[in-house]
Amino acid sequence: MTTTDWTRATAARMADALAAGEVTSVELTQAHLDRIGQIDGPVHAFLHIDAEGALATARAVDEDRAAGKELPRLAGVPIAVKDVLVTQGLPTTAGSRILEGWMPPYDATVTRKIREARMPILGKTNMDEFAMGSSTEHSGYGPTRNPWDLDRIPGGSGGGSAAALAAFEAPLAIGSDTGGSIRQPASVTGTVGVKPTYGGVSRFGAIALASSLDQLGPCGRTVMDTALLHEVMGGHDVNDATSLPEPVPGCVDAALVGARMDLTGVRIGVVKELSGVDGGFQDGVKQRFDESLERLRGMGAEVVEVSCPSFEYALAAYYVILPSEASSNLAKFDSVRFGLRVEKDTVEKTMLATRAEGFGDEVKRRIILGTYALSAGYYDAYYGSAQKVRTLVQRDFAAAFEQCDVLVSPTTPTTPFKIGERVDDPMAMYLNDIATIPANLAGIPGMSLPAGLAPEDGLPAGFQILAPAHEDARLYRIGAALEASLTADWGGPLTAQAPEVTA
Amino acid sequence: MTTMTYEQAMEEFDPVFGIEVHVELNTRTKMFCGCANEFGAEPNTQVCPVCLGLPGAMPVTNEKAVESAVRLGLALGCSIRESSRFARKNYFYPDLAKDYQISQYDEPTCYEGSLDVVLDDGTVVEIGIERAHIEEDAGKNTHVGGTGGIQGADYSLVDYNRGGVPLVEIVTKPITGMGARTAEVARAYVATIRDYVRALGISDGRMEQGSVRADVNLSLRPKPAAGESQDDVPFGKRSETKNVNSLRAIERAVHYEAARQASLLLAGKPVVQETRHWHEDTLSTTPGRSKEEAEDYRYFPEPDLLPVEPARAWVEELRGTIPEHPAKMRARLQEEWGFADLEMRDVVAADALSLIAETIAAGTTAQAARKWWMGELSRVANDREVALAALPVTPAAVAELQGLIDSGKINDKLARQALEGVLAGEGSPAEVVAARGLEVVSDDSALEKAVDDALAAQPDVLAKIQDGKVQAAGAIVGAVMKATRGQADAGRVREIILQRAGVEG
Repeated sequence: MTTTDWTRATAARMADALAAGEVTSVELTQAHLDRIGQIDGPVHAFLHIDAEGALATARAVDEDRAAGKELPRLAGVPIAVKDVLVTQGLPTTAGSRILEGWMPPYDATVTRKIREARMPILGKTNMDEFAMGSSTEHSGYGPTRNPWDLDRIPGGSGGGSAAALAAFEAPLAIGSDTGGSIRQPASVTGTVGVKPTYGGVSRFGAIALASSLDQLGPCGRTVMDTALLHEVMGGHDVNDATSLPEPVPGCVDAALVGARMDLTGVRIGVVKELSGVDGGFQDGVKQRFDESLERLRGMGAEVVEVSCPSFEYALAAYYVILPSEASSNLAKFDSVRFGLRVEKDTVEKTMLATRAEGFGDEVKRRIILGTYALSAGYYDAYYGSAQKVRTLVQRDFAAAFEQCDVLVSPTTPTTPFKIGERVDDPMAMYLNDIATIPANLAGIPGMSLPAGLAPEDGLPAGFQILAPAHEDARLYRIGAALEASLTADWGGPLTAQAPEVTA
Repeated sequence: MTTMTYEQAMEEFDPVFGIEVHVELNTRTKMFCGCANEFGAEPNTQVCPVCLGLPGAMPVTNEKAVESAVRLGLALGCSIRESSRFARKNYFYPDLAKDYQISQYDEPTCYEGSLDVVLDDGTVVEIGIERAHIEEDAGKNTHVGGTGGIQGADYSLVDYNRGGVPLVEIVTKPITGMGARTAEVARAYVATIRDYVRALGISDGRMEQGSVRADVNLSLRPKPAAGESQDDVPFGKRSETKNVNSLRAIERAVHYEAARQASLLLAGKPVVQETRHWHEDTLSTTPGRSKEEAEDYRYFPEPDLLPVEPARAWVEELRGTIPEHPAKMRARLQEEWGFADLEMRDVVAADALSLIAETIAAGTTAQAARKWWMGELSRVANDREVALAALPVTPAAVAELQGLIDSGKINDKLARQALEGVLAGEGSPAEVVAARGLEVVSDDSALEKAVDDALAAQPDVLAKIQDGKVQAAGAIVGAVMKATRGQADAGRVREIILQRAGVEG
């Protein structure tokens, strides 16, 4: 009898095995908790681990299954939750010291949906403070390390969720994507991440960074796993006024169709401005992108080049809109009702001292930027102009989608960089998200999936697919097709090639 | 420091004023969450993650509050914007849970209207309305120790029950040309708003509980030089007196501010553009924040909410629900009912207008309705220390009671006993009359026997009547009424006595 290492399995495989009685949820959950115990010291993907709660959910699922009760598809499959999502009875900090020890009295809508799907929550994953960053180095609780190379960043802000997947600490994870915080970590860890259409997943209970850009989404090691989680998370929510009224798109069905590797009639647009033709993209990243494009063409897709000239201004507009909204969203961290309080002799001084001590440098930088951009006399020049750029970006996408069904690009310009390399250079850090930001400005859905390892450094490179709003299913069809083609050659998911993490 | 009177100030200067009225809507739930919107609950018992501004919480617009705001806007003659975004007004204060207030900024739902205000002497003044926008209220700070203000307090308590209560803020255009009547107009304007929101049923309009609050902006400018028009003279620097929470206080605050500013100007000192606070105890204002160092609220569109987009057809439907202008309705009713000015003023003061109207609608005369509500019922309400409307009697019951009198079934004295029964919960007037056996005796044979018994007991009376001393019959009437415990129809008794005496009345 051989022992199966269940942590290496896909979530879909786990779900099937649970349904077939091959394994129990307690066994699955315990296997992941053991794995976390072994390697999370160096990886530091988790800020909080809830072994007791996860096992209690697992036991209840196992009992119900034994009793012959009907259960949701992913019941018993464990999951990691980004610490941006409030979880009743589990500490929630959004990676900030200002919320250290805060115990939310309520569940986010997505937390509730995960609980209703009967998925054991392993714990809360590390992130850049309030999701501001592309490396998880801005976490108030220390950086997460990339399982591919512990000296490198796992991306950000959702580095904890992506690293947990790449290190086999969890088969599925929740992420949030404001400018690429799901897709960029997926890219640099060789995993899959999807930013749904704005409004496709309720934001209620997700600690806001920039409300008009934030979107929660699913993270997994395969396109199908990500699709399964997407369908659990999505759908209308009366508690989020910006949530879409329509039902969740058929992600799983689209992934099944895509896996047949027939893309006849599909038109794929390569965004000139994001294809690296102007330089700035690492050679290996560009190479893996071009090879992936060839594979798609080989499956019958037509590849066309499109131009989105306004994307040039997207990054600048993003770094006005995001700090502006963030400066307002983060005002509530004032010590009055929750979180850190640094007591002084007046309420004003207490608020000031609390925020000075509780927020990290990157958060302060963006609050200052946003406060300035919204100030009387500057509003039109900054916030007003940025909103105009946003409209232009939306128009560019609309024009591009008239010529093709999806747009593609490398997810990030480079493979993961070294921890500490860019932490003192905000502009270099911000440029990481050049290819992911336009989707947030336009509210459209995007996916990153592994395109392979860059030959020069052996580190993961990501492939990004963008679709028109409401057409999330297209991501899964194209993504599943490319994945099927690549994994056929690789002999399994890219993460299987990751070196073993040594504590 | 004020060396002038209001009247003197008005002789020297031309006042310009504007009023911002905050109306708390009486929706069942708050503006952006499902918490109960009720006054007076234990502190921090009507709160949730949304109105406490907890991390992750998101607002959802209360459609009923939008309906109330649109109806108020229509009553104020405003245009209703097809699409208005909410905005965030950012400032730090402990009672503001999110440290921003969700309000409307450049896109108020209601804009450009006007409201007629009827003064005591019947003069009608048209007040221009700039906007009426929807927003949420803040919580309530209580400063403990020191002088009760935030400065020098030992500590402060915050009650978030009020946080997120729906408000409509109505802003007038600058009002000019009122001269010495400024204070009266200011008061009458706020009174009209209060009456209107009550008539609309969108607020309880209780100024003492803060559900209608006014900020008064006032400035003075010199009278025009010869050959110049007052319109050519630019406005002076204004003060904004906050939270003036009674009609009388509005009048007094205008008096005080006009006199204060005139004193400064005549002494050659500048009026500082600033926020001031009204003090009911000293009947004066003191400076708050200076406008020069006022905060920059960094307004921007609220990204968590969709715009308010009232459908045209719905707005037109709501237009049909707007009640008549309260002051104009009063004038019309006074005319219809034929009440004297004093009578009408008492009716309004007693809040009996709609009670009387409903009683009349139920089929009685205006005078009879007034008699009941302003007489016996006011006395009872006064004894019980409750509002007239809170008495356990309906206008329909009052009309029924009067109907019983008019048809001769009961007399006034019995009617008061019947009312007593109604107020005690014994049933409708007819039921009480039946149960208590209060109906007047109209059976002639019974009355004739009672008259005969009384005449037999006082044999000399009959002779006196026959001698022409008809008034002597009164003694017999009294005796009969006594014998029938007041249930006899006195007129009929008299007729029978005169018949017995063989004389005609």
